[in-house]
Amino acid sequence: MAGEGRHEVGIDGKHESSPEADTRSIRPCTGHPARPSRDGNPEHRFVTSAQRTPLVLVGAICVLIVLALIALGSGRYPIGPAEMASVIWKRLSGVGEAGTADAVVWQIRMPRVAVAALVGAALAAAGTAYQHLFRNPLVAPDTLGVSSGAALGAVLGIFFGAGFLAIEGAAFISGLAAVGVVVLIASRLTAHDPLVTLILTGVVVASLLGAAISLLKYLADPYNQLPAITFWLMGSFASASTRDFATLLPAVVASLFVLIALAWRINLLALPEDEARALGVQTGYLRTTVIVAATLATGASVAVSGIIGWVGLVVPHMARLLVGPEFSRLLPAATIFGAIFLLAIDTIARSLAPIEVPPGILTAIVGTPVFIVLLARARRIY
Amino acid sequence: MLDVRNLAFGFGARRVGTDVTFTLSKGETLAVLGGNGAGKTTLFRTLLGLLPPQAGEIHVGGDALDALAPSERARRLAYVPQQHVPSFGFSVEEIVLMGRASRLSAFARPGTADRAAAADALERLGIVALAPRPITELSGGERQLVLVARALAQQAPVLVLDEPTASLDFGNRARVLAEIDRLRGSGLTIVFSTHEPDQALAHADRALLLAEGRPLALDAVSRALTAENVERLYRVRVRCVDAGANRRVFVSE
Repeated sequence: MAGEGRHEVGIDGKHESSPEADTRSIRPCTGHPARPSRDGNPEHRFVTSAQRTPLVLVGAICVLIVLALIALGSGRYPIGPAEMASVIWKRLSGVGEAGTADAVVWQIRMPRVAVAALVGAALAAAGTAYQHLFRNPLVAPDTLGVSSGAALGAVLGIFFGAGFLAIEGAAFISGLAAVGVVVLIASRLTAHDPLVTLILTGVVVASLLGAAISLLKYLADPYNQLPAITFWLMGSFASASTRDFATLLPAVVASLFVLIALAWRINLLALPEDEARALGVQTGYLRTTVIVAATLATGASVAVSGIIGWVGLVVPHMARLLVGPEFSRLLPAATIFGAIFLLAIDTIARSLAPIEVPPGILTAIVGTPVFIVLLARARRIY
Repeated sequence: MLDVRNLAFGFGARRVGTDVTFTLSKGETLAVLGGNGAGKTTLFRTLLGLLPPQAGEIHVGGDALDALAPSERARRLAYVPQQHVPSFGFSVEEIVLMGRASRLSAFARPGTADRAAAADALERLGIVALAPRPITELSGGERQLVLVARALAQQAPVLVLDEPTASLDFGNRARVLAEIDRLRGSGLTIVFSTHEPDQALAHADRALLLAEGRPLALDAVSRALTAENVERLYRVRVRCVDAGANRRVFVSE
């Protein structure tokens, strides 16, 4: 951000580069305060994150489309660009006979690509919302215990042989209960470091939930339920179906709708509590609404694809680096980045080795170092 | 404008202060003084409606404070906190725009009028050039001016500043105080707290001296801030010195 040729007003009485700046610094507002025009003035020559945002969003959407085409084309039955073009053209025009390539693209790979992108988008959007509303760069669906809570609900659903919607509902409700418990406990602990206290509480609650999941696995029928629970918990898109997409989509759309509608006001939650309230924000209602919306997206994602960690933690930071913290810019960027991130991870996970690597393993390899860097920086002003 | 009657304040069952009564009309400035832990910040949080009063009444612009909706309260009372601890690197412009929240519905985004109010507030404080910079990169003095600008964008008739000059260096202190003087001149009703009796003398009309939550004196600054009162308030020996140009300063002995 160190733009050359830009001088500061010098409230500090330093950095003045001209006598004109000097007088301004001593008497900050007499007569005609200089109001530099946005264009042509050297003070504004550097690009602000607000100006950069449209470019970033358009670029990210292009990357997502290209990535989706690559993902649809790669696998044990590779489909080259020319064949892919004809597959897509056949679908659009409705002319031509469907062959193997068409079946592979539309019936096998498309649901998987769509679910992976949507789960990535949902987890990143939820993580962005949680980080804003807890004023904490370390929180995410997984570090808050929401993912574990949702997982317990979903495992309970599988255990009792519930239908898919019931599993999704159970994941949402138990995810909400988990974040509620974490927030309640953390708010009662008077700690010197609230940032880390919230995370520690999340980890502790998540480990208790993990024990409950283990108990259910122990009790589960070892031939049908146990493998189903175990493979689902590992987090995978291998079995993603159109039905998964159809159950996931409404929850994610509803959640994003709420977050986008409230986007500007959610910024105020990132201010200290007293300041937000003094500015007229009913922080309690707003915070609860945002938690419910973010947890809905998380719960639906976990119900479909198990616990895939780190996406909701890492992606919001990448987005913030590019478009800044203003939530109505940050949320769309983080959502698209999340889709790109998880789709890329899943495509790598299924093409890296002859057997598939669970995507959660790859996100952990990316996420762990990022988290350590954030932890080191968290004590400083973020 | 601001009418406080027999106010008792504190958290839950714990009483921090009691028997505070004062009335401020438009354009009047009150300085609140008291030692560390005397209850200044708790008093301010109660005045702002952030903490329910334990007893007594607060009226702002003729209406009881507790009867006002949060957004209406924020349209009448603006708050400049002691220190802003930034969480994320919002730009100065974005922070100042947040001052408009009480005038926007929950689903709205700031419009042209809001941007104009924010630009005007930045201009009044002479910090237009800071607008695109992240708040996290600013010095303490610059941040304080940004918070004042945000309060101005709120366009409330009453401004409450909690130790606006604490933790500022000598120059920034003078700049922030000069701003307060200019705001007084523009007809705002101002309540600020300070640890410097000299500041109260020079920049306020009236002074409230709080000793362990009770008013020790509440009067025009020249009458409230006598050497005896300042000695009783801070329990140190002080001398009042004529600094010329109609100014008095207190020196501890």
